[in-house]
Amino acid sequence: MEFFRIRKDIPFMRHALVFNVISLLTFLMAVFFLANRGLHFSIEFTGGTLLEVNYAQAPDLEKLRKQMEADGFTDTQIQNFGSSRDVLIRVPLSKDAETSKVGDRVMASLARVGAGGTADGAAAIAAPTLKRVEFVGPQVGKELASDGAMALLLVVCGIVLYLAMRFEWRFAISAIIANLHDVVIILGFFALFQWEFSLPVLAAVLAVLGYSVNESVVVFDRVRETFKKKRGLTTPQVLDHAITSTISRTIITHGCTQMMVTSMLIFGGPALHYFALALTIGICFGIYSSVLVASPLVMWMGVSREQFIQVKVEKQEAVV
Amino acid sequence: MNRYPLWKNITVLIAVVLGLLYTIPNFFGEAPAVQVASVKSTHKVDAKLMAQVQDALKAASVVPQGIVLDLNSIRVRLADTDTQLKAKDVIEKALNPVVAEATYSVALNLVSNSPNWLTGIHALPMYLGLDLRGGVHFLLQVDMKGALTKRLDSISADLRSLMRDKNIRHGGIGREGQSVAIRFREADTREKARVALADNQPDLLLVDAQEGPDLKLVATLKPEAQKRIQEFAVKQNITTLHNRINELGVAEPVIQQQGADRIVVQLPGVQDTAKAKDILGRTATLEVRMVDDEASANPGIMEQAARGQPPPGTEYYVERGGRGLLVKKQVVLTGERLTDAQPGFDNQTHEAAVHLSLDSAGARIFKDVTRESVGKRMAILLIEKGKGEVVTAPVIRTEIGGGRVQISGRMSTMEANDVALLLRAGSLAAPMEIIEERTIGPSLGADNIAKGFNSTLWGFAAIATFMMAYYLLFGLVSVVALSANMLLLVALLSLLQATLTLPGIAAIALALGMAIDSNVLINERVREELRNGSTPQAAITAGYERAWATILDSNVTTLIVGIALLIFGSGPIRGFAVVHCLGILTSLFSSVVLSRAVVNLIYGRRRKLEALSIGQIWKPGLATK
Repeated sequence: MEFFRIRKDIPFMRHALVFNVISLLTFLMAVFFLANRGLHFSIEFTGGTLLEVNYAQAPDLEKLRKQMEADGFTDTQIQNFGSSRDVLIRVPLSKDAETSKVGDRVMASLARVGAGGTADGAAAIAAPTLKRVEFVGPQVGKELASDGAMALLLVVCGIVLYLAMRFEWRFAISAIIANLHDVVIILGFFALFQWEFSLPVLAAVLAVLGYSVNESVVVFDRVRETFKKKRGLTTPQVLDHAITSTISRTIITHGCTQMMVTSMLIFGGPALHYFALALTIGICFGIYSSVLVASPLVMWMGVSREQFIQVKVEKQEAVV
Repeated sequence: MNRYPLWKNITVLIAVVLGLLYTIPNFFGEAPAVQVASVKSTHKVDAKLMAQVQDALKAASVVPQGIVLDLNSIRVRLADTDTQLKAKDVIEKALNPVVAEATYSVALNLVSNSPNWLTGIHALPMYLGLDLRGGVHFLLQVDMKGALTKRLDSISADLRSLMRDKNIRHGGIGREGQSVAIRFREADTREKARVALADNQPDLLLVDAQEGPDLKLVATLKPEAQKRIQEFAVKQNITTLHNRINELGVAEPVIQQQGADRIVVQLPGVQDTAKAKDILGRTATLEVRMVDDEASANPGIMEQAARGQPPPGTEYYVERGGRGLLVKKQVVLTGERLTDAQPGFDNQTHEAAVHLSLDSAGARIFKDVTRESVGKRMAILLIEKGKGEVVTAPVIRTEIGGGRVQISGRMSTMEANDVALLLRAGSLAAPMEIIEERTIGPSLGADNIAKGFNSTLWGFAAIATFMMAYYLLFGLVSVVALSANMLLLVALLSLLQATLTLPGIAAIALALGMAIDSNVLINERVREELRNGSTPQAAITAGYERAWATILDSNVTTLIVGIALLIFGSGPIRGFAVVHCLGILTSLFSSVVLSRAVVNLIYGRRRKLEALSIGQIWKPGLATK
């Protein structure tokens, strides 16, 4: 089997401008959604209490909401999680001193719903069993946000430094621009659909950043090799050749990783859902940006053959 | 020719064998067990206790499948959960005859079913995080300001007695925020006080101040003293938490310091958060009281007291060693006066002893009491949940001044250590607040394992099918390499006993999904070399060599991400980062070194190799087949 039967180098660079404009538009849209709607942060970042409870029979969420409100909980979110019998309850931080006891109070409140369930003729609902409680104080949330930002900064600096050392600063800069815009696009999706942005999603976003840079590295590696081996090619031709000769590997690798991620999306349940979703978006845009955005950027920054064969030139001079 | 030197083949072989060895324990599963641990650090878990447990089980005709004694617990392995519950009841009754005064915690636990020889080489199953096994997680913030305030309060008491000792007249001593202010009428006395303070309280920083007609001396704690007090507060709180959690009967609690002022407490298997919270927040106190020697010597009164009718003004306690004694209700000293307790030796008799340091107010009281009661006995009690226990009741030999007290007599070194610990750990040094709490039900934990496992399994199956269909034999080699990668990764995680969380399982899946990249790179390169007309053997060599540089570069960038997450991540993210980093290292080995070894084994020896089984190679210009 051979999927990719390419006779000639595909002239990607001829359409460089188009690719970058598409990319820029997506990026601007992502920024727009981020600014307009903002991210829906999980309680790990905002602080608050989260309960996951399991009912024997599917409960009426509206009734739960009413009871919670009657018991003095404001701004709580109640929704199904995974199945109709599993309910997720989010209680935001309050100025109440006893924030760490919210979990117990919510459970008491839910038990009361069950007791009064027969009032309008409906069957009594047995009190739910608690599957999970998470309480995060305000201090922790702030730290997580700043730690997340620091991690992102460290990743960016580390990658730029490494690529600048191994390749050239032009490669480093264009790779990081191309891939940071992936990150923004993932965040844009999360803002647009108001998906929950939790710690695992942050980890996924950073993993995607490393993964797509990895993609650019493979292409750049070819670019360097082509510059060294083949004379007489213009820079766009070199880039076209590099992309064309790595395209089959790019698609196959991403396909394989996506198979794994899809499997997570199907079998991983709600706990891994957004993690896998972030990876999926990241992988799709990763292919596009690391190949079709990073390479034109390198070209426009003026990469040329001389930058890679300087060492040889010096040697020749020494001999003469 | 593509042949590895012998040492390389042996390295690969050893790695795989070790990988297998350390992965195996994960497949044996776990058996129900009962774990016995000591609640009070004065009671040790030893061979004698093990015999007691064995006897108790024999008497109730419960047949254990094995009893193991380790450093601080006894684990009894049982056939099923029914006998586990029965065994727990039996052991509980035998070891703790009185429920309210439990000396040992008897908890239900799981032990690995792997054979002893595997456990002997430290091949243990992976350590599961709370999200996979269920339990409670608390993050506690130690109130450092509270620790300092507490210390300043006791310093102001010290200063008062110091001023009295030195006959310095002052107009009042009081704590004002984070400092202690002493008022004076005249500048002379202030100077005198300054000298006295400099000699006796090296931790204080003194500044002159004036308020109306009053001269003031404002004392604050030096930064290094503050740091010391804070470190001490966290350490002591951790010790106290340890003692308390032991009572809960938790099989493997985790109590660790996190950052400068935080403590993580993880209680696997515990579901009752309310009780856990109650126990974490409780305070225990130390009391020193006098023994009523006359009454204690009278057998008639003692008999009555043992039946619950002690003479008025006294309380009946059983000393360690089983002898009863009557202790006066009047408290001489409380634990707040105790600044430190250290195990050591008596200078003259070289017996094991515990050295106590009292603050100056405590020292004064102690001096007065001991002067008046030479020859009498004094009891040191630990009061918890309103119940007291006599830790020790020594005879006072001489007047003891200077605030340095020594408890000695009939103690082993180990006992001295335990008593010192107990005294130090009696109470919390600073208040604590729960700032993060997570409870995960056991069913959710099992669910998470199944989900994580299924995702990995099906993802792996999909990749394996595709690789074998697309690259034929080389695809099979890639799948072998990927399996080896998984094997080594799980082995490393088991060996390091790193905590596996759900994000960690996701990271394993992702690591496999990304690791296949290296093999795709290699296979594509080999194909390309063949396309350009290389001989099969040369194509293998060139393919692997050329791909190596790319693989290295791309993995380093991924590793940078892993390290950043490791540094800044906490909780579940850390679990992800650890697996991510380890996965990159194992994938470098398995996809390059190991897969090459397999390829060499298949093709390396054939001199006249016509073709490689790497799928169809399409050459431009030729008609497609």
